[in-house]
Amino acid sequence: MSEQRGIERPRPTIVKAPEGHSGEGFFATRVDQAIGLARANSLWPLPFATSCCGIEFMSTMSSHYDLSRFGMERLSFSPRQSDLLMVMGTIAKKMAPVLRDVYMQMAEPKWVLSMGACACTGGIFDSYSVLQGIDRVIPVDVYIPGCPPRPEQVIDGILRIQELARNESLRRRYSKEYQDLLTKYAID
Amino acid sequence: MPGFAVKAERDQQVKDRVSAAFGERISGMEQERDLLCIQVRKEALHDLLRNLRDELGFHFLTTCCGMHFPGEAQEFGLVYHLHNMRAGHRIRVKCRTTANDLEFQTATDLWATANWMEREAWDFFGIKFKGHPNLKRILNMEDFPAFPMRKDYPLEDPTRQDKDDRFFGR
Repeated sequence: MSEQRGIERPRPTIVKAPEGHSGEGFFATRVDQAIGLARANSLWPLPFATSCCGIEFMSTMSSHYDLSRFGMERLSFSPRQSDLLMVMGTIAKKMAPVLRDVYMQMAEPKWVLSMGACACTGGIFDSYSVLQGIDRVIPVDVYIPGCPPRPEQVIDGILRIQELARNESLRRRYSKEYQDLLTKYAID
Repeated sequence: MPGFAVKAERDQQVKDRVSAAFGERISGMEQERDLLCIQVRKEALHDLLRNLRDELGFHFLTTCCGMHFPGEAQEFGLVYHLHNMRAGHRIRVKCRTTANDLEFQTATDLWATANWMEREAWDFFGIKFKGHPNLKRILNMEDFPAFPMRKDYPLEDPTRQDKDDRFFGR
């Protein structure tokens, strides 16, 4: 019997370890780097999809673009369990208090991704009924422009969120600047 | 779909019966393409709608919404689209009023579906309905300060600071 030919498979990528000291049987690094590593690669996004950008996000999530490569297999539909709010689509002024409630129900640390022209600026809907950018009611970490943005752009935006999560100081959420930011939005 | 001859015959029947029953209280009838439009004085609107529903079989209210013609004497109005499904026949009913007399009789007692349509007319045009069970805003925020579908209401968001009038030809 001939030996079965091995099929060449790509090796699973493993996240690179942060800077640190390693020796035989141990690895030492800073705790904020270890926590940042864990947070960045296990974000639970809450998709707040109100229109066509949500459709683009669905294709980003599904097998062709496969967002689960970045540790996001698990979408959370409860704000209490998620740490990334993805706002995708036009937010009407009537919806703004709902969005704000959802943001306030999320536990720290939390990030906000604003996807598409409408969520970022109101887009083409310069109208009395449409919120002219979600940053009028909640603070935003990353903006993705486009109408709608391509999945590659969404992935880029998420990588930037990961970058923020990975490098965030553990004390940032207690800092005066952050508290002031929340006070500016009347969020306690 | 009934042919044009059949439709014209039905329209004529409706015209005859409505003008026989209402006479002077009808302010006009016009035929736009194949759709008959009955213009009625405000005080006779509810009677006409009841008559169309009960006597002429228009048992389905397709839509009802407000109208605004700034600069005209009878500035505001309502338009009803009625459908007689058995005969495959549609007509319109229009009713105009002045800006200081914006209260109509509700049609919710004739068609339950008028409930939300009248709320929409209130929300966007500020037209009131006497006898409506729940007349409050339906699409805009509850504390919205204006009636935005009136033609004198600016469409653009007034809170935008980044629009330079020079680039918009103003």
